[in-house]
Amino acid sequence: MPTERERRFVGLRRGQLIFALAFVALTLLLLSMITSETRWVEKTKLFAQPRFWPAVALGGMALMGGLHLYRLPWRRITRYDVGETRKWLMVVEYALWFMAYVLLVPLLGYLPMTLVFVPALSWRVGYRSRRMMGLSMAFAIAVVVLFKSLLAVKIPGGAIYDYLPGALRSFFIVNL
Amino acid sequence: MDLLLSSLDILARWDVALALLAGSVGGVLIGAIPGVGPAVAIAILLPATFSMDPIVGLTVLLGIYGSSMYGGAIPAILINTPGTAVNALTTYEGYPMTARGEPRRALSLAYSASFFGGIFSVVCLILFAPVLAKIAPMFGSREIFLAALLGLILAVVAHRGQALIAGALASFGIFIQTIGLEPVKYSQRYTFGQDFLYGGINLIVVVLGLFALSQAFVLLASEDEKTRLSRLRGGLFRGPRELARHPRVASVSAGFGVMMGMIPGVGEFTAQFMSYTYAQRSSKRPEDFGHGSSEGLIAAETSNNAVPAAAMVPLLALGIPGEALTAMMLSVFYVHNVVLGPGLFQNQMDFVVALYLALLILNVLVLIFLLFATNALIQAVRIPNRFLGVCILTLSFVGVYSLRNSATDCAMAAGFGVLGYVLKRLSMPVVPIILGMVLGGIMEVKLRAAMARVKEPLDFIDRPVAFILFLAIILVLSTHFRRVWLDRKSLK
Repeated sequence: MPTERERRFVGLRRGQLIFALAFVALTLLLLSMITSETRWVEKTKLFAQPRFWPAVALGGMALMGGLHLYRLPWRRITRYDVGETRKWLMVVEYALWFMAYVLLVPLLGYLPMTLVFVPALSWRVGYRSRRMMGLSMAFAIAVVVLFKSLLAVKIPGGAIYDYLPGALRSFFIVNL
Repeated sequence: MDLLLSSLDILARWDVALALLAGSVGGVLIGAIPGVGPAVAIAILLPATFSMDPIVGLTVLLGIYGSSMYGGAIPAILINTPGTAVNALTTYEGYPMTARGEPRRALSLAYSASFFGGIFSVVCLILFAPVLAKIAPMFGSREIFLAALLGLILAVVAHRGQALIAGALASFGIFIQTIGLEPVKYSQRYTFGQDFLYGGINLIVVVLGLFALSQAFVLLASEDEKTRLSRLRGGLFRGPRELARHPRVASVSAGFGVMMGMIPGVGEFTAQFMSYTYAQRSSKRPEDFGHGSSEGLIAAETSNNAVPAAAMVPLLALGIPGEALTAMMLSVFYVHNVVLGPGLFQNQMDFVVALYLALLILNVLVLIFLLFATNALIQAVRIPNRFLGVCILTLSFVGVYSLRNSATDCAMAAGFGVLGYVLKRLSMPVVPIILGMVLGGIMEVKLRAAMARVKEPLDFIDRPVAFILFLAIILVLSTHFRRVWLDRKSLK
């Protein structure tokens, strides 16, 4: 039976304690490094000190993060908290997909890499039909044409384009 | 008259017209897809607008901001899922109308109310602009510092029941912006000897991580939902007539939207809450609220659409963004070296009025588009969640990588994406981090400048505007602590 304090708590219960503990631990770690990571300049007013605003920010994090931790209605980490942490870690896989895409674009080129990335990730999350693969490819082409060819956003041409013949090489570097 | 003509001259360009069209149609579409929202779209498009003229880039972003709430009403009314977060209240009244076979009436009324709110706020602000031009020069460094502090405090205490963690996250935002070389003594702060941290952490990298990438992760980790939609038959032209039967609710709600939009850190949710409460209390049929009340729907949609134009006031007049979307727009001004603040209203009033006129035109374009394209737009609701996640992840690459072609930026954005995902899972607010970053930077610069001229502590509030702002801070804090004390007392 949840207590009144538990009932009034805003947000998901699972993972709250772990997050609050991690937040306070990180704050204390950063605070412990304040003398080595910031400077105190002689003959300078307090408000103009390079250390002033990091101290204010970390002080706020420690005070409010600490009070949040203290006010939490739970004091023990349960298996539900651990399960929630596992869910947080599961999305790291998608962050890695994103980083692989980022690192491969300068090598393989924006269009070829996007044409591989979108259908591959769609496949990974469970879309296996021809229709969804076709949609993924169409989306990949549309994104490249819109942003690189039309809006000319700064995305460098792939190293692989160097192997293309003259005019085609320039076209690929500028537009795709 | 000269001012109006000069403002129209700024807008009379083919690229501005195209930006208006793209912003309005794109915004409605983005709003109609649950799970995307204007913050994700603006974060992704932000770097692409840097190469455009300020007026063109801002028109696209303002278009998305102003029109997404129109689109967000569609899934809120038809499938009980708000397209954007601010359409949550629309589901209370709109969906029951659909359930009893009146989706056309609900949509038409929502569009009319949104249109009224949008136009009302723009007209108010155009009329109010000369007054603002007189008030804005009264804001010096200390007033801007106090206004930024007030905005940050309001943003924190607005999260009822979560003020402590919101405050901690706002402080985290302030901390992030202190990383790198500080601007006066050029000493390093929390760079850990790493070259990539010398220049600090870019606001857009954090914004893209916390809004776009985190939303992609949320969608990728979710399940697809099956939505059943039926085709709407008939026109959507009855709404204005029904809206005209409730002029008091519509104008009071629009008024709340304008007022709340102008106060940094408050925004749509408070405006909606106040309007809805007012509409319910003053209604002859309060028992209908929550069961498909037209007054409730008008209050929700009018107030949220009155906010975007008003939210531009603190941004333009003081350089202080009141919420995440205007904080993102601030970077467009930075990139183009447009200095926001009192000087803008004195020297570039035509630019300010041009922005408001753009919003006016945008509302008309959106309404016309919606009246004829709603049936086609409904299909956007069918896009599967995880595929939407794939799309947002792909688009986020454009947003982050095109900034500086830096893989490190992308890695940082991915890190903030995971943090944003965790915060969303725990129902914790993300916006205080962004506001802490933006307002923290402003507060640092302005406090340093202000303290150079202050001898005694009380000198800081010896000017009328500074004193009023100080009183407002005291009032907000005392009200908050009183509420906390009453809550704790009721617990015992």
